[in-house]
Amino acid sequence: MAHAIFFYIFSAIAIISAIMVTVSKNTVHSVFFLILDFISISCLFIMIGAEFLGMIMLIVYVGAVAVLFLFVVMMLNVAQQKNQWFLSTSSSGHIPVGLIISTLIFFEIIIVIGGWKYKPDLFDINNSFAEANMTNTHSLGRILYTDYIHVFQISGMILLVAMIGAIVLTFRHRSGVKRQSYINQISRERSEGVQVLEVQSNKGIKIDD
Amino acid sequence: MEYLNIIFQEVYKILFLLVPVLVSVAMIVWLDRRVWAFVQKRQGPNVVGPFGLLQSLADALKYIFKEIIIPASSNKVVFILAPIVTMTLALIAWAVIPFSETQVLADINVGILYLFAVSSLGVYGIIMGGWASNSKYPFLGSIRSAAQMVSYEVSIGIIIINVLLCVGSLNLKDIVLAQQDLWFVIPLFPMFVIFFISALAETNRPPFDLPEAEAELVAGYQTEYSGMMYAMFWLGEYANILLMCAIGAILFLGGWLSPLEIYPFNLIPGAIWLILKILLLFFLFALVKAIVPRYRYDQLMRLGWKIFLPFSLTWVVLTASYLFYFNLLPIN
Repeated sequence: MAHAIFFYIFSAIAIISAIMVTVSKNTVHSVFFLILDFISISCLFIMIGAEFLGMIMLIVYVGAVAVLFLFVVMMLNVAQQKNQWFLSTSSSGHIPVGLIISTLIFFEIIIVIGGWKYKPDLFDINNSFAEANMTNTHSLGRILYTDYIHVFQISGMILLVAMIGAIVLTFRHRSGVKRQSYINQISRERSEGVQVLEVQSNKGIKIDD
Repeated sequence: MEYLNIIFQEVYKILFLLVPVLVSVAMIVWLDRRVWAFVQKRQGPNVVGPFGLLQSLADALKYIFKEIIIPASSNKVVFILAPIVTMTLALIAWAVIPFSETQVLADINVGILYLFAVSSLGVYGIIMGGWASNSKYPFLGSIRSAAQMVSYEVSIGIIIINVLLCVGSLNLKDIVLAQQDLWFVIPLFPMFVIFFISALAETNRPPFDLPEAEAELVAGYQTEYSGMMYAMFWLGEYANILLMCAIGAILFLGGWLSPLEIYPFNLIPGAIWLILKILLLFFLFALVKAIVPRYRYDQLMRLGWKIFLPFSLTWVVLTASYLFYFNLLPIN
């Protein structure tokens, strides 16, 4: 009973905030709604007993990915662009593409969940390592680091390559950039920087530079 | 009726935890200022009450009666939400802190991940406050702070992995009980030092208080805040510092365990030991504030990414190899 009530509360928040992500006119508000969506989905994960996935969702998506989204949205002038889409009278080319993709995703989800519910033999659930008195994290680690270790490591390598690729693509040497050398700064002595001079009154001094 | 009973019981428990936390937050503000003053050969707040103990109460009264000013060009909803988010996140994390083997509000399997997740959400209060103020100093401060907190979270995460390798469980109680023979501060001492410095950066404490560097950014993300909303930011910040001290005490200093399992130490309840350890770490926090000059921003980033991250990653490999070679891996 209580479980059902909480499920409906969290899923309602998730769906409403997902709609608000696309509808709200302020881009930064969109990102905040996205964060709310992530948080309510991680609550749903915790409710079905997948506490590890829920926490990882919070740490990775909310704690890191959404912060980067916020950065990008605040720094670039995306807000103006989004406003133009809303205000322009001519129909945008993005809408049909978006509709097609979302219909595809919708049917995929229906097939997977329907199949999972009504045709259990479609899925290979016999080799699951989960044991009765084992925590979620433990059983996940068992599967991930034994049977699927190669897939796991390859996906990690792909992420690394993507990151290095992005850095290489945007990295360029510019001339005339002043850089700080920590070794030079720390190893500076008094004798290099300070000079004590006798200054005669009313004469002044000329410093050569 | 049954649900109502459960709810009342839980509310009672939560109040029993939160009221002491809030009172101690007010007290450590006084302690912080006092330590800071003594290092600089000043007296610090010593007028209100005995030894100035009631100074924080007087400050709180002052904040309550100040007018709350909301800038006209600010984004009002987000502006008001920001201090609330900071405060809430700083307080909900206390739910999983174990004060003894039985005294814990929520004994969850992924306790340390929960703490890590909540502390990584803490950046949102600051970003929201800085952005909603719609002014340059708060915005610059919040961007600095976001980059800083995300960077240092990475090294804190890897330090937590080091501890977890020795424990074999994500439950905070198991982490404390694994230290019965030896506190992790001894075998993992370099990790403890890095954790302490990262915690300073994570909570925007000096020498890493660049988000609110008053010489450059007025008061950073808090510039436009006034009255009770400023006080909430401030309380949230100190509650976060206490929380970081508590995490440090649990991960490295053996949580509620007494230093020696002999007669006079045994009598003192575990909660007192945990509080003493938290206070010790907080005393170090306060000392660092007084004796270390502020870092430059590029040096801060260099320290996080180029020194702490590789070092703690190497230490993970070392710990894992050591445990594997000597067959000490905790397998349950």
